[in-house]
Formats: sequence, structure tokens, C-alpha cells
Amino acid sequence: MSRIEFRDVRHAYPPPPGQVPVYALKEVNQVWEDGGAYALLGPSGCGKTTLLNIISGLLTPSEGSILFDERDVTRLPTSGRQIAQVFQFPVVYDTMTVFDNLAFPLRNRGMPEPRVNQRVTEIAEMLDLSDRLAQRASGLTADGKQKISLGRGLVREDVNAILFDEPLTVIDPHLKWQLRSKLKELHQQIGVTMIYVTHDQVEALTFADKVVVMHDGGIVQVGTPIELFNRPRHTFVGYFIGSPGMNVLPCSLDGGQPVFANNLLSSGYPAGADLIGKLEIGIRPEFVRFSDDGIPVEIQKVEDLGRYQVVTVRHESSQIKMIVGEDQAIPSADPKISFDPDNLRIYCDDWAVEAEHA
Amino acid sequence: MRKTTNQKAWWLVVPVLLLVAFNAFIPLMTVVNYSLQETFGNNVFFWEGLTWFETVLRSERFHDSLLRQLMFTGMVIAIEVPLGIAVALSMPRKGPWVSVCLVLMALPLLIPWNVVGAMWNIFALPDIGLLGYTLNSMGFDYNFTQQPVSAWMTTVLMDVWHWTSLVVLLCYAGLCSIPDAYYQAAHIDGASPWAVFRYIQLPKMKRVLTIAILLRFMDSFMIYTEPFVLTGGGPGNTTTFLSIDLVKIALGQFDLGPAAAMSLIYFLVVLLICWVFYTVMMRDEEE
Amino acid sequence: MNKKWILTSLYILFLMLPIYGLLSMSFKTTNEILGGFSFFPQEFTLANYTKIFTDPTWYNGYINSLIYVCINTVISVSVALPAAYAFSRYRFLGDKHLFFWLLTNRMAPPAVFALPFFQLYSSIELFDTHIAVALAHCLFNIPLAVWILEGFMSGIPKELDETAYLDGYSFWRFFIRIFIPTIAAGIGVAAFFCFMYSWVELLLAKTLTSVDAKPIAAIMTRTASTSGYELGLLAAAGSLTIIPGAFVIYFVRNYIAKGFALGRV
Repeated sequence: MSRIEFRDVRHAYPPPPGQVPVYALKEVNQVWEDGGAYALLGPSGCGKTTLLNIISGLLTPSEGSILFDERDVTRLPTSGRQIAQVFQFPVVYDTMTVFDNLAFPLRNRGMPEPRVNQRVTEIAEMLDLSDRLAQRASGLTADGKQKISLGRGLVREDVNAILFDEPLTVIDPHLKWQLRSKLKELHQQIGVTMIYVTHDQVEALTFADKVVVMHDGGIVQVGTPIELFNRPRHTFVGYFIGSPGMNVLPCSLDGGQPVFANNLLSSGYPAGADLIGKLEIGIRPEFVRFSDDGIPVEIQKVEDLGRYQVVTVRHESSQIKMIVGEDQAIPSADPKISFDPDNLRIYCDDWAVEAEHA
Repeated sequence: MRKTTNQKAWWLVVPVLLLVAFNAFIPLMTVVNYSLQETFGNNVFFWEGLTWFETVLRSERFHDSLLRQLMFTGMVIAIEVPLGIAVALSMPRKGPWVSVCLVLMALPLLIPWNVVGAMWNIFALPDIGLLGYTLNSMGFDYNFTQQPVSAWMTTVLMDVWHWTSLVVLLCYAGLCSIPDAYYQAAHIDGASPWAVFRYIQLPKMKRVLTIAILLRFMDSFMIYTEPFVLTGGGPGNTTTFLSIDLVKIALGQFDLGPAAAMSLIYFLVVLLICWVFYTVMMRDEEE
Repeated sequence: MNKKWILTSLYILFLMLPIYGLLSMSFKTTNEILGGFSFFPQEFTLANYTKIFTDPTWYNGYINSLIYVCINTVISVSVALPAAYAFSRYRFLGDKHLFFWLLTNRMAPPAVFALPFFQLYSSIELFDTHIAVALAHCLFNIPLAVWILEGFMSGIPKELDETAYLDGYSFWRFFIRIFIPTIAAGIGVAAFFCFMYSWVELLLAKTLTSVDAKPIAAIMTRTASTSGYELGLLAAAGSLTIIPGAFVIYFVRNYIAKGFALGRV
């Protein structure tokens, strides 16, 4: 187990001849604490798999360094890093039994057979695979095979971290939940660092203690699920997390407070000085309410989701989503909305303006 | 794919059926006809029953050809399959050289078979061919037109030259279909190159290898043109394989009865192997 | 990385040697050839090639071969297309047996069919015509084409067909305007293999022709026996036969791997 650190890491894949390299990863500085459960969340193409492969050593970054417990491992090949990786689709050795699959990494490293036996039985027990040890690996279902992949990582005692690259992609939906809980359980039991890459926010938020949100080759925010939800530091985080995501609306500034639709709003986080750049306000649908005086809007759509309703309203060219409780009324005439100041933030060029709480 | 049952699909198959049946049934019936009768020319036939079959099956000439054929096929497969796998493993999988390699390797497959025979004939000529001259000047006594051993070696070498690329291309395609993740996982598991071959590459190539082996078996079993042009079946009849012998009897001696009987026996052996091939393939696809 | 390439390079070298032998001989005079061995042509000459390009007996051979190969490829692929579709999409009485039977024809030893073909095609007065050889090659090329095309077609989901029918397409209109473009790669592969196996086949081609449709292969063998040792000429003729093959491979080089991947050669 160790602490993994990224220093000034950048990576560009070799471009076709005559073309400028495009950076898949732009400047990552990040520390992964020993024993943490991290989720790497972001849309396809944001660089998460690149980052993961740099940790495991399958990829060497074009710039920067990676350290395991202060030791520079940037040039160290995968076999020297004590990393386990579980891929998107199950990788098992079809011709071997489940037992032999799990024993494979240990036997390759010359572990004596009785020890191998003990270790494999232990891990199989944890993964509920004990009754299948003698079966041929090719005969298992997709989730069984992923468990084997996971098992091959867990079975090694000297593992520094286990990396997961969207491992539940091929699993049936009703089994995804089971496998996810199992992973969380294992993490609590063993305490090894786990880094889980996904584009599904539900997976990320339920698995991880800390979520690393990536966008366009860079890390935009790291925090607990609650922090990400309540205090998104980047419009992308606000938009990506939550369903529906945060409303982002253009605004202007007046004395540090945002002005939207000619209404001076009050925000709990006013801007210190007049800023130059793209100015926007961000507010989650949960914190938009109907009120007697506020911004006039037209109601476009109401979706009844049982315990609450998602109302889509419109002011001029801006569309705003709100969440309204099932027992709250929706005004039929002259609807007006207001924003909760404690949860209204100002964003300049997509980044939240951090200032003193007023 | 879920297939729907529809007897009208037969209409789509009719042209194929007609063309192939025309080429298959009528000649086959002719052959069966001849195999059961005797003729002295002038289209006069006498019923002979199974005599020809007995004659052929008992004839030493047939036994010899069959033995030579089996030896040839055995040798050829024993060399081509491992060599093919080895070359496929050592080929680059990405990059600009891939196309070049593929094109160059496929070249022998597209040379008319008689040109292959002629090419090797010239190549192996003792005084003026590249191979023949080199071997003789290195001290070997090499003359494929006169020595059976040289003739055999040359014929086998020619076949290896001609057809190994088929095995290579098939295995290469099989190898390319292995996703990178398998190699990465093996790397992480600390597997040795031999383990990678044994547990990842070989199993994934199983299907293409089966096809390669069976194809080579069948095609080498039916070989005619290349050895015929190279050695003419000689010296003497030391490289007379089944097809060559059959054509000699049929077209050379016009011994229609025995030729026809031999044809049928030959065809039956081929059919048997084909059936094995089909069953194995279908079983593989269902897996 | 470089160590791995040694085997590949050696293998390719091995493949190129006899071809080089042929090529270099084609540029030598007969005297030089018979006089002894020389790695490079000492007296470089184009006489052999000139002879081939100017003598009708020779260049007609190439033309004849190309004609029947093209006819055969066109016929084989066109009739194979609807049949492959039937095998891919439908179940019908005897379909598995029919498919197996087709396969057996691919495996038919040409030697068995040489004499019967001779008699058959003579009797319908098609002896010594291009169409005769083209049709004869259908025996093994059609099953091959059906086999390859069926493989490609099975990779196209049936939903494509169903959508087209819902949109109002008739079967043939759907087939020609939608389906065929979708499996263009498969058609390319099938055409390539048909071309290949027809181009290289000698026994049947020689048996069914005598003068008018004589393929280049037959002319070469005739020359070898009757005019004695005109090795240079023979070498030139042989070298020229490699060219169409090389051409075709170059065009389909990207599809070769795909075709072999289906394993249906």
C-alpha cells in the first residue's frame, strides 16, 4: 500500500507525422492517499483511462513524474509497481480453472504452493467464488468473470493499489448493484487503495469516499460526494452531478452581486471585485422556488416523478429547471421564481468565484 | 441471429444450385457410370459391378500412391503449421510495415500453380538455378531430377514456400483479434512470454488453427499441378502423389474404369475429412 | 522489438528468392542461362519480354486467362449473393445439408473432375471457350463465395432488413440499394478469393481448352515441352503472371485480414 502522487503530469499521444500533439492530459497534480476509495468521474474522452494507465504503468507520461511513497516510478514497468487492474470487459484465462486463474499471479512470482492454496481459498471466500473453484473459467457469467479479474488483483499481498476501468460495463443492471456493494465491502475489509474510473455518477458517488471529477484532460474538482453536490467549483461539476444537473445562466455583475434578467440577486458568495470574463450563475434545481415576487417565467413542462416534480420554466432565452415537492403547488398565473442565496454561486470562465461568505 | 423459417428462400438459392449441380452431379454420375462398367472404346459398355473398386483397392500402385500422398501431407503440415504460427507471432501488428508484410507474404498464394512449379523447377536446376547451384557448390550432391531424396525435399520445400503464408495470414488474423487488455492483464499478472503464448494466444487462435490445418490437409491431399510441373512425378514415380497418378490413369492411359473407381474412392476420403471439418467448425461456432 | 522481426524478415527473404530467380532469368539471354550460373544478368536483355508482347500466341494467353477469370468472378459473386442471404437470414428445408454439400464441392479434387468435365463440356459444344472454364471454376468458387459472403452477412443485424421493409422497400430494391453497399467489404473479399483461385488453377483450365481460349498457363507448359529449353522466355512469361496477382493483393490488402479473420478461405 502506498501513497501515489502525480507531479506536473501531462500526456499527449504520439500524433500522426507532421501534426501537433494533442494533450489528452493537461497538467495533473494530485495525491492519492493510501487506503482511499477514489472514483475518477468524467465523460468519455476526458482522459480518465489515460490517467489510470499512467498509474498502472501501461503508459508512460510524456511529461511529469509519478511517485509511490516518495519513490519515483515514472519509468518503472508495470510488473515492478505492484498494481492490479480490472478492465472494462472480463479478462480471464479461459483454459484454466477458476482456482488456477486466481493462483496465476502468485505462481508467476514463485510463491510456494501451500501458501498459494491458502491465499486463493481466502480470496475466493471473500468473493463468493468458493464453490466454483474447480470449474473452468470460461463457463462463468460476466459478473463471475469480473470477480475472477478482481480476485487476481486481490490475491497478491503486496498490492499497492487496485485500479478499475469501468468494470461494470458488461454486467447486467441488477447485478451491478451487487458487485458494487461487494467492492465497497472489500475496501472496508482490506483497506487497499482503490481507484475506480467511471462515467456514471451514481457508481462514483456510491462507491467513493472522494470523487475526482475530470473534464477535458484536467481535474476540475476533488471532494466528497456531498461537497461536489453542494459546492461545485466548476460549472461542469455542477452540470454533471445531480439529476437534473445544475442550472447555469448568463449574468452580469453589479457591486459584486449577480444580475440576471434585470433582477439584482443576492448571492451568499459575492464576487470581490468586478471580474472580466464569461460570467454565469449556477443554481441547482433543488434551490429554485416559486415566489410571489421574483423573476417572471413561463412554465414549459412539468414531469411528475412521484415524490417530486421537475418543472422546466423559461425566461426569455434561458431555460431553468426546478424541483418542486409533490405537495407544493405550481402557480397557474404569472409564475415567478427566486433563487436561494446560500446556494447561488457566481462562475467566471466556468470557475466558481471563491470569496468570503457574506 | 434469429432466422425465420421461410421455404421461399429456396428461390434465392436456385441459381447457385443449378450452376454447382451442373458441374458436380453430371460429371459425378459419369464417373460412377464408368466405375461400374468396362469399355473397349466405341461407346460399348459391359457391366462390371464392383470389380474396378476391388482392383483399385488391391492394386499396389494405388497403395504406393496413397502412402506417398500421406507422407507428403504429413511432412508438409508438420512444417507449415509451426512455421506459420511462429511467423504470425513475430509479425508487427501495427505500423507502416504491416501492409508491406501482408502483401509480400500473400504473393506466393497468387501465383498460378504451374508457374510455381516452373519457378521452382528453374530455381532448383543443378547447374543454373539459384538453389541448385548454391547447394552443389557447397558440396552437396543435389539433383532433383535424378535423386528421389532431392526430389522429395524440393517438392516439400516448394509446398512450404507456396502455402505457409496461408497459415500465417490466418493465424495473424486470429492474433489481431485479441484485445490489448489481455496482454495488459498478463503483464500485470507477471506472466512470462511462454505463458502469454500458452494461455492467451494459443487458445484464441484455436479456431483459425483448426481451419488452417484442415485446409492444408485437404489441399495438399489433392495437390496436382505444382509437383507435376516440378518433377512430373519422378524420378520414376517417387513423387507421384494421388492426383498425379489418377490423371495419368484417366487422361493418359484412358483407363476409364479403374480411373473412375479410384476417383470415387479418392473423393470419398476427401468427403470424410470435409465432414470432420464441418462438424468441428459448427461445434466451434455454437460455443 | 527488433529481435522479433528477424523471423519475419528471414521468412520474407525466403519467399522472395525464387521470385528473384525467375525475374533475373527473364532478363537473361538463353545462352547466358545455359552457360552457367550468374546471380545478376550479365547480358541484360528485354528480348524475352518483347517476344511476349509482340507474339499473339503469348499475349493472347494472358488475355484469355484474364477473360475467364473475370467472367467467373462476376458469375460466382452474383449468384452467391442471394444464396448467401438466404443462408444467413432464413431457415428452410434442407438448409444445413445444402450448405454442407456446397462446401464439399469446394473440396472436390480437380483431378477427379478433369476427364468428366472434358466430356461434359465437349458434349454441349462449349469446349475451348472462355465460358467453359469460367463455368467449370464455378464448381469450387461459388461455394467459396457463398461461404465468405454468408459470414459477412451474418454480421449485419437483421434489424436493417426489417427497417427497410417497414419503410416500404421491396426485397430486391432493399437488396440492391441498401444491403449490397453495406457488405461491400465482404463482396471485395469474396471477389478477391474467386479471382485468386480461378487465376491459379491450371488442370481444369488446360483440360477444357485447346486453341481459342488457351490460358497462359497452358501456353507455358506447351512451350516447355515442344520448343525445348527456352528458359528465358518461360521465366518472362511466368514473371508476368505474378503481376495481376500483386495488383489485386495491393488493392484488397486491408480486407485480406478481415476475410481471413472469418476463417472462411
